Amino acid sequence: MSTPIAAAGLGFAGHELARASLDQCLKCTICETQCPVARVTDLYPGPKFIGPQAERFRHGQSVDHSLDYCSSCGTCTLVCPQGVQIAEMISQGRAVMKAGHMPLRDKLISQTVLMGKAMTPVAPLANAALGIKPLRVVVEATFGIHRNAPMPHAQSQSFEAWFKKHRPARTTEATRGKVVFFHGCAGNYFEVATSKYAVEVLEHLGYEVLVPSHGCCGLAQQSNGLFDGATHDVLKLCDDLRSAGKGLTIVSASGSCTGMLKHEAHEIMGVKDERLADVGSRIVDIMEFLWTLHQAGELPEFAPINLSVPYHAPCQLKGQRMGMPALDVLGLIPGLTVRESGQPCCGIAGTYGLKKEKYAVAQAVGKPVFDHMLKDNPGFGLCDTETCRWQIGKSTGLRMEHPIYLVHQALGLSPVSTAA
Amino acid sequence: MRKLSAEVVVIGGGATGVGVARDAAMRGYSTILVERADLAQGTTGRFHGLLHSGGRYVVSDPESATECAEENAIVSRIHADAVERTGGLFVCAPGDDPGFADKFLAGASAQKVPAQEITLSEALRREPRLNPGITRAIEVQDGTVDGWRMVWGAAESAKAHGATVLTYHDVTAIQVEDGHTQAVFCHNRKTGEDVTIDCGFVVNAAGPWAGHVAAMAGCHDVEVVPGRGIMVAMNHRLVNTVINRCIYPSDGDILVPVHTVCIIGTTDHPADDPDHLEIPADEVQQMLSAGEVLIPGFRQSRAVHAWAGARPLVKDHRVSASDTRHMSRGMAILDHDARDGVKGMVTIAGGKLTTYRLMAKNTVDLVSEQLGDNRPCTTDQEPVPTATSGINYTITHRLADREAERPTGPLGQQTPNDLGHQVVCECELVSRGMLVDTIAAHPDAQFDDWRRLLRIGMGPCQGGFCALRTTGIAVERKAMDAAAATALMRLFIAHRWIGLWPILFGAQVRQTVLDSWIFSGLLDLDSVPVPAVPPAFTPPGEAAAAKTATATDKEVAR
Repeated sequence: MSTPIAAAGLGFAGHELARASLDQCLKCTICETQCPVARVTDLYPGPKFIGPQAERFRHGQSVDHSLDYCSSCGTCTLVCPQGVQIAEMISQGRAVMKAGHMPLRDKLISQTVLMGKAMTPVAPLANAALGIKPLRVVVEATFGIHRNAPMPHAQSQSFEAWFKKHRPARTTEATRGKVVFFHGCAGNYFEVATSKYAVEVLEHLGYEVLVPSHGCCGLAQQSNGLFDGATHDVLKLCDDLRSAGKGLTIVSASGSCTGMLKHEAHEIMGVKDERLADVGSRIVDIMEFLWTLHQAGELPEFAPINLSVPYHAPCQLKGQRMGMPALDVLGLIPGLTVRESGQPCCGIAGTYGLKKEKYAVAQAVGKPVFDHMLKDNPGFGLCDTETCRWQIGKSTGLRMEHPIYLVHQALGLSPVSTAA
Repeated sequence: MRKLSAEVVVIGGGATGVGVARDAAMRGYSTILVERADLAQGTTGRFHGLLHSGGRYVVSDPESATECAEENAIVSRIHADAVERTGGLFVCAPGDDPGFADKFLAGASAQKVPAQEITLSEALRREPRLNPGITRAIEVQDGTVDGWRMVWGAAESAKAHGATVLTYHDVTAIQVEDGHTQAVFCHNRKTGEDVTIDCGFVVNAAGPWAGHVAAMAGCHDVEVVPGRGIMVAMNHRLVNTVINRCIYPSDGDILVPVHTVCIIGTTDHPADDPDHLEIPADEVQQMLSAGEVLIPGFRQSRAVHAWAGARPLVKDHRVSASDTRHMSRGMAILDHDARDGVKGMVTIAGGKLTTYRLMAKNTVDLVSEQLGDNRPCTTDQEPVPTATSGINYTITHRLADREAERPTGPLGQQTPNDLGHQVVCECELVSRGMLVDTIAAHPDAQFDDWRRLLRIGMGPCQGGFCALRTTGIAVERKAMDAAAATALMRLFIAHRWIGLWPILFGAQVRQTVLDSWIFSGLLDLDSVPVPAVPPAFTPPGEAAAAKTATATDKEVAR
């Protein structure tokens, strides 16, 4: 008999791309050896078990709550030599599991725009409040957000507010044409500096940068199983980005949101929409964009930066199967040594590490990344995605920057960092 | 020489024979059942798993349709643990005559087979992978049934009512004196002991082998034509309800979700020897094409195993001997007193698994009549001992069981002493605890028995990973010594190969290569010296396989 879940529109989850791919699993166990969660806790049965094996038994029903210990880092899908969409299958299983009884906490923490809108006007107050221990204890007890979980740092001016007033400090005309800059919600409200660096770098290289007002990609909702809200948001975002002009390249400094647009909305939620296909094929990570320019011989010489910097390539960026373009681009800067962590995940995986019941797991997952960052650094570390920077920053006390930070310096747009 | 006696001896441990033994025992007759291998190892264990709603026969065989509808309800209740109430659909595929559905509905109504036409959108909502080009869909009450579990349940019930079940006993002779059966002579294949059972009545329920058994009592020309049918199991449930083509019964007209797989079947060709059933490549292709009609993309899905079973069809002189599809699927009870002048013996053959209980009832009614006491049948009244909970099987059971065994605590650290929840067979989610318990409960069992009991080796890896773990645990639990375990594991792998050769394409080729690397490349299993496999462990008719059982021996596999 068919289930009410299938009737509710998650029928896709049980029956198309991801589920069919379970046929390719040979039990080789490579995914389980690479899974950052399975290596630190037995609470999680591992991606092979919970993915292609358990899916044969689910019948579109919610049976095994332990699948919720998957952090959605996507490492399993990335390393599978047979093309099994393991992480996607698990995300679909999670959506089925949570349908009808979604915790309020998971609805709240996936509302990133709301958080930004609420916090920006009262930034100092909000930041102070998030630092008050007794308040965080109450929040933990009430909502299940761990008292020590990393929180974004509110800024008093949003990126869009800055961008409206800003004029390109250009010495040359915008000879390379137009690009659209995607800031995402974190890049608008919290990681405003990174967005500014990105725009200034693009303008310096000769692009006219367009920023249509836009909101959230819905990734946090998707990873929490809120497919309806996520689908609404991602399509709204596509409309917003498409309003800037047809066929323009969309450059992003928000690595995980880029993945949502490129593949996750389609492969996990089954969104089949030409707007998504259009935006998904035009959006490009800023470091990959710069590396492509370099390969075409169109990137200017970089000034030297004499530093050795630890770097962590985020899971959700690697999942886009483009290698590690930040390493490639930063490798062009004379004098700079960038050391990648070699670890699959820092543990936060979007909102996973915020949750009370997942916090200890997320910290254990991230431990080798934290150790790597602390071992030898010039007072800061590098990572491409926002929530990972918050996680690593909170757990190490280190300032975390997007790799564009050093590109900005190497192009002479800000003073060059020196060893602390 | 061991001497036993019973009022009724039943020959054949398939669904029919076990059903007869249960029925006779419940009527109070002292009963002994004799089976040459393990229970349900012949036809009963080699079908597609369908518990008929009756829909399949509403047009072609109305009497069978009504019987199926009635027995479906009874079997679902008395064998709840073996039956999954999946429901079923009869669909008109593109090109099929939609008018047949009208005949179908009329027939269903006349035969009291519950059936209701549903909208196409509803059918596709329930089964999203169904061909969107279907033109009509009719909902029926098909279910799926694990033939082994059903037979074990019935055997447990028979034993609870005083019956004795002798497995691995070959019948060597039937003694007839003064025109009456006197005794059945058997040979215990495991111990080599000869057994004589004095009896008042013999029921021949040997299925495709029934002609051979009847001849032992001097009853000749019992023509049971083995109707060979192949089935192909696909790696996961492409559908969750039984999907039937709404056409006159034909090859490849059914897709059955049973346990974790779904099974497409079947073909129908007369076979010479039910111990050697071919799985021809063209029939495999025929099944895949038939699947593609119901489920677009079927051919891209993974096949995990193929097998052949032999329907015991009693020759009906009204149809050509080569046309086994249209021989009666109905049961045939041969009264050897009337037919051959041999008192105290009947042969029961034909029929369907769904109606096994009714066949047993009708058979024992005749036995009881001839024994002169007309005791009533009560087999529909009482659930078998394994089904007393009344809860039907569902596919999610095992995943829920494994989930219940998950560790707890901040990081859920497991201790080395806590091994029971380790997963031994990953494909079928068999835990170490399940295997250990089964080894303890069935001291004579070995790999193929554990497979039937637990489904070890029946999933996508076909024994590649679980066989080694099972072997280690079997030795650790002292079920067998290391040499015997190695030999039997090799035999187990060889048996798995029989069903792999016919479907080696796509993902299953890669799996097979990986398994072969493990067995041959890593372990050099073919060269490990082992003793000869005891004949008792060799299924009848597979003696050749036992002699040279290796993981890669193509000749054996074929």
